[in-house]
Amino acid sequence: MPPAPSIAPGEIARLEKLQPTLFRRPWPELFLTYGLWTAFFGVLIFGLWWINASPARIWEGLGKLGFLVQFMFPPSDGGHFWEFAYAILETVGMAFLGTLIAAIVALPLGFLGAKNVIPNWFFHFGLRRFFDGFRAVDSLIWALIFVAAVGMGPFAGVLAIVFSDIPVFAKLFSESIENIDNKPVEGVRASGARELHTLRLGVFPQVVPVMLSHVLYFFESNVRSATILGIVGAGGIGLALSDRIRINNWDEAAFIIIMILVTVAVIDNISKRIRMKIILDKTDSK
Amino acid sequence: MTSPSTTLGAGARDARDRLSRFEARFLAERRTRMAWTALYLALFLAATIGSMVVSGFNVQKLMTGLPKAWNYVHGTLPTLTLENLLGDLRTWYWGFNYWLRLLVETVLMAFVGTALGGFLALLLCFPASRNLVQRSGIYFSARRALEFFRTVPELVFALIFVFAFGLGPFAGVLAIAVHTAGSLGKLFAEVNENVDMRPLEGVYASGGNWPMAMRLAVMPQALPNYASYALLRFEINVRGAAVLGVVGAGGIGQDLYFAIRQFEYQDISAILLLLIVTVSIIDMVCETIRHRLIGADNFKGH
Repeated sequence: MPPAPSIAPGEIARLEKLQPTLFRRPWPELFLTYGLWTAFFGVLIFGLWWINASPARIWEGLGKLGFLVQFMFPPSDGGHFWEFAYAILETVGMAFLGTLIAAIVALPLGFLGAKNVIPNWFFHFGLRRFFDGFRAVDSLIWALIFVAAVGMGPFAGVLAIVFSDIPVFAKLFSESIENIDNKPVEGVRASGARELHTLRLGVFPQVVPVMLSHVLYFFESNVRSATILGIVGAGGIGLALSDRIRINNWDEAAFIIIMILVTVAVIDNISKRIRMKIILDKTDSK
Repeated sequence: MTSPSTTLGAGARDARDRLSRFEARFLAERRTRMAWTALYLALFLAATIGSMVVSGFNVQKLMTGLPKAWNYVHGTLPTLTLENLLGDLRTWYWGFNYWLRLLVETVLMAFVGTALGGFLALLLCFPASRNLVQRSGIYFSARRALEFFRTVPELVFALIFVFAFGLGPFAGVLAIAVHTAGSLGKLFAEVNENVDMRPLEGVYASGGNWPMAMRLAVMPQALPNYASYALLRFEINVRGAAVLGVVGAGGIGQDLYFAIRQFEYQDISAILLLLIVTVSIIDMVCETIRHRLIGADNFKGH
């Protein structure tokens, strides 16, 4: 081992005077860090107190949860397999149709919200905030509203998905329109094309793959959310699931949960493949 | 094509052959491509028609349903007059203090749920990172656990937890925490898989063990991204917490559910507006912090 380098006495003190921030963090920074952590834990403890969390409660609940899990095994369909399978199909159908309609309706809204289509700051900002505001309303709330307005059943579920997706799609679409490369557009325009041709040949080839992959991604996520819309009566597998849980039929509930997991995994896989293909085609053509 | 090849001999004939071969191949390629497009289109149409059949969706229903929905939304709007604006607002927001309390509860539920779930995600994300674990068994089980946590819908966890832990926000917080652990754990693991591996070697070389390497080599690199994802999840969880009340798991959703069920039209719009304002404020604050975090990250990195 090489000998340890010797440090002259006073050297460290000298360095500390020269570069104090290397030895101690400046106190405003320390203050900020500790302040933030204190605030974080303060709110956390307040929240835990608010919801009445206690180790005893967790322990007791975990015991009950253990019982439930025991009741869940073995999962069984109770002879309702085809009924459940149809409900799953309904769920996927709701998600598919809802995503499709939302995408179609959001397309013109996306163009309206793009900065480079309508270069009016006030309009742009207002529309974006409007979309953002509506995003706060979850699809389950829309489902509650539509069940009250048009009655129970999958039709209300489709409308709920449509309305909760339109603002998000509009926002994503206008962002992808804003991100296009202007050179192809100028090229098409320079060869004497009119507005519609410019859109079709300059803008669409750039934005359609991006939009399609967003739409597919939302289809995946909508299959997930469509599985619970049934809890409020808006069609799909959720009704069967919440009923089984309410009447303490845990083995069938577990069976339905497994069916949901399998369906979601299959849909994710298919959609991921299509998305990859779209993205690859896009990079090929570039 | 009017090519003068007949007078030009073998070389030109060869070129023409090649050209015609190319054209034939081009046509064939184009035909297969069109066939694929037609197939995709047919599949798409079949899926559309199929989903219209299973979901009982048709244009006539839409034509009668949308006006009904519009009437409903219109019915929820309050009657505000200019002469008595304050009084009208007071009638509209008769339960303001009560709703505010529930909103605070909703945001707190999201906060505690995100914090607990984030902590769990932090524990699970290291074994779920391909580059950080040697044994594939640990990696595999950590990944599957995270997948399970995030694929089971939050509301289903809430339904089950309401049974086990009783009605109220406690069950809701646990549901949020479990779901958050699943989704954040996956995102954290992806961040971990992109860290620079040299600091790890440094920690191991100076005698550190695996937890030390995670804490001292991986976390400092990944922390800004963790925080940014956690904030994003917090925004999502506020929205999620707002509906957990539907199954009795606390928050503003419970009151919204009652208002919709009992056709208290004006309460619906009052609560929804409060919710939209709250979520928008939280989104804006979180977005600002996230941009600063990622900005700071870039600054440190280069």
